[in-house]
Amino acid sequence: MSKNIQQTVHMNRRQALKAAGAGVVALGFASTAQATPEAAAEAISKMTGGASASMSDKVSISLPEIAENGATVPVGVTVDSPMSADNYVQHIHVLAEGNPSPEAISFHLTPTGKADVNTRIRLGKTQNVVAVAVMNDGSVLTSKKEVKVTIGGCGG
Amino acid sequence: MAKKPRVKLPKKAKAGELIQIKTLASHKMETGNRKDKKGNKIPRLILNNFKCTMNGKDVFSADMHPSVSANPYIAFFITAKESGTYEFTWTDDNGETLSVSHDMAVS
Repeated sequence: MSKNIQQTVHMNRRQALKAAGAGVVALGFASTAQATPEAAAEAISKMTGGASASMSDKVSISLPEIAENGATVPVGVTVDSPMSADNYVQHIHVLAEGNPSPEAISFHLTPTGKADVNTRIRLGKTQNVVAVAVMNDGSVLTSKKEVKVTIGGCGG
Repeated sequence: MAKKPRVKLPKKAKAGELIQIKTLASHKMETGNRKDKKGNKIPRLILNNFKCTMNGKDVFSADMHPSVSANPYIAFFITAKESGTYEFTWTDDNGETLSVSHDMAVS
């Protein structure tokens, strides 16, 4: 099994080198499998207990269009919600579809303030960042945004 | 986990005011993907949890994974309701914790 992964990784590296031209390749990923949108979807399903997520304008992701340094990319998620005791966002999950492991961070909120969180994440390559908001009534809203990464930052 | 984490939150607030709390911990957040010069994998060691309580009650928390950048920055909002002590705790993969507390007076 590991031989296949190695072959895939070598192929990915060659493809990436061809595509990038300048030879910019994600650092430190050589020995790990890449995440895919399917892996991210599976992770999301586990987080929401199988509840289906609907794309919603209420969830908004702020990310630079181009991340100069993949080691630290500022990301913000806001969810339009009153954050009252009977109607609030309980969890905001942030995933990176193309990282070795899709889950980046999960915020757990209580009915206070507003659903507006900020952090910085590592992105190994150009990919989609997905935000999943789970409400107190179990409903799930989601949104995704692409960010171009010039120098990947998950390892070294 | 040597350096003290930094937290920015006002000392005073008005009841009902929306307050943003900004936190910054000092930590390499070693992902476990890097290799040293000999080719050996550097083991993962990250802060995997952040928690904020107010007068002992949970207000906000986050579970962090290796994709969070080194020196983790987390900012969130609260509504100022009552005066109290906010306690911020970071936990690493070994279960070690680091805590900082701030008082905020609400009038």
